[in-house]
Amino acid sequence: MDLTKATFRGYPRENGRVGVRNHVVILPVDDLSNAACEAVANNIKGTIAIPHPYGRLQFGADLDLHFRTLIGTGSNPNVAAVIVICIEDQWAKKVADGIAATGKPVAYFGIEQHGDHDTILRASKKAKEFVQWASELRREERPLKDLWVSTKCGESDTTSGCGANPTVGNAFDKLYPHGVTLVFGETTELTGGEHLVAARCRNDEVRKKFQFMFDRYQKVVEAHKTSDLSDSQPTKGNIAGGLTTIEEKALGNIQKIGRKCIVDGVLDKAEAPTHPGLWFMDSSSAAAEMVTLVAAAGYTVHFFPTGQGNVIGNPILPVIKLCANPRTVRTMSEHIDVDVSGLLRKELTPDQAGDKLLECMFRTANGRLTCAEALGHREFVLTRLYESA
Amino acid sequence: MVHFVVHEEGDGVGVVVVEGVKAGQHLSGWIMEDDKDIEVVARNDIPIGHKLALRDYREGDTVIKYGVDIGRVVKPIAKGEHLHVHNVKTKRW
Repeated sequence: MDLTKATFRGYPRENGRVGVRNHVVILPVDDLSNAACEAVANNIKGTIAIPHPYGRLQFGADLDLHFRTLIGTGSNPNVAAVIVICIEDQWAKKVADGIAATGKPVAYFGIEQHGDHDTILRASKKAKEFVQWASELRREERPLKDLWVSTKCGESDTTSGCGANPTVGNAFDKLYPHGVTLVFGETTELTGGEHLVAARCRNDEVRKKFQFMFDRYQKVVEAHKTSDLSDSQPTKGNIAGGLTTIEEKALGNIQKIGRKCIVDGVLDKAEAPTHPGLWFMDSSSAAAEMVTLVAAAGYTVHFFPTGQGNVIGNPILPVIKLCANPRTVRTMSEHIDVDVSGLLRKELTPDQAGDKLLECMFRTANGRLTCAEALGHREFVLTRLYESA
Repeated sequence: MVHFVVHEEGDGVGVVVVEGVKAGQHLSGWIMEDDKDIEVVARNDIPIGHKLALRDYREGDTVIKYGVDIGRVVKPIAKGEHLHVHNVKTKRW
């Protein structure tokens, strides 16, 4: 596929980024505000509430990550406008101010001394205004480099390593030279292949940073493990699918970064990249946590290879699923956007499989709903670093 | 027909990519990286996605896939046998 003049039709945002969706988000800062947010989203059609269980009495780096993830989610260019609701005014304002730095419309509401009814009424009026405004925004033709593409695999099996993941790798190798901003992560799921990622780092500085994050995560595992982790990593689904050890899973996982891309930089969780290229994000290997973090970092389309059939989606980031396991493609067809099982029958070359994924990427970027979007998968899972105070 | 795939020459395992492989079945394999064909007889029923050994292993041997170490053998495995968590373990963690 010649991508030299490739374009997509997206929503240009106030800060120069380009979205592929046009969501009006009703964002709770904490668990207590979920009910009001869901009520507003129910009142005002075309808006989306993103409920979650956290936001109270967190502190230090864990609280920083909470704010970074919420502000990042609201700031993502797939989001047109945001209503922030919090039990307290001050933290509502903090999150709203963070999002408002992008220039997009934001309003915030605190529940204390108002109650749910009054908050829902006022927030609904504002949400109606935002959604009607957003409904008149139009897609414009933009160059491929304005797309930010993330990847993370899930419920992997051995077919992931020989089919679906190399397909993402092929697509990444094709996108990279065109200045697309790419990311992968899943720190513990590189175990056994970390030397291969280190060897792909742009320079010693990037390599050192990557190795530091990898080693830190290994220490967390060592400190808390009660077994060899064979009950968790690989997962029961991975093992049912034929994956035997973390090393085998990791080597399959790493196929996603292709053969040519260089790891240009390393990101903390939910941290936005500062230039195009391939980034590594220190992150959990749990699907919804990782996808939530890259959405908060500003990525606008996601490649999700699966083997046994992970069904994940995200509220604001379209998750494109691809699969090379013919049984999964047959039994879970409603979840699979791109069938690359032909790879394992010699009916499809890696180059053709990569093109098939890219074709789906352009259609998705232009507005076609992914399987996960059509099925209503909106998993939003915040990463926690430690206990609340 | 491809019954199993091997990532690269020198790997000690193949991945079954069809359903219903039975013990005694003659299997055709495809070494993807080198585009070569090999044949192995399955010694067990092996589910889709699971691995078969392409050589005999003794306890303590290292299993190679993708040209890289993926774990240690904890029970002897014969060529054509099902190779999985019952006879191979991680060297990490």
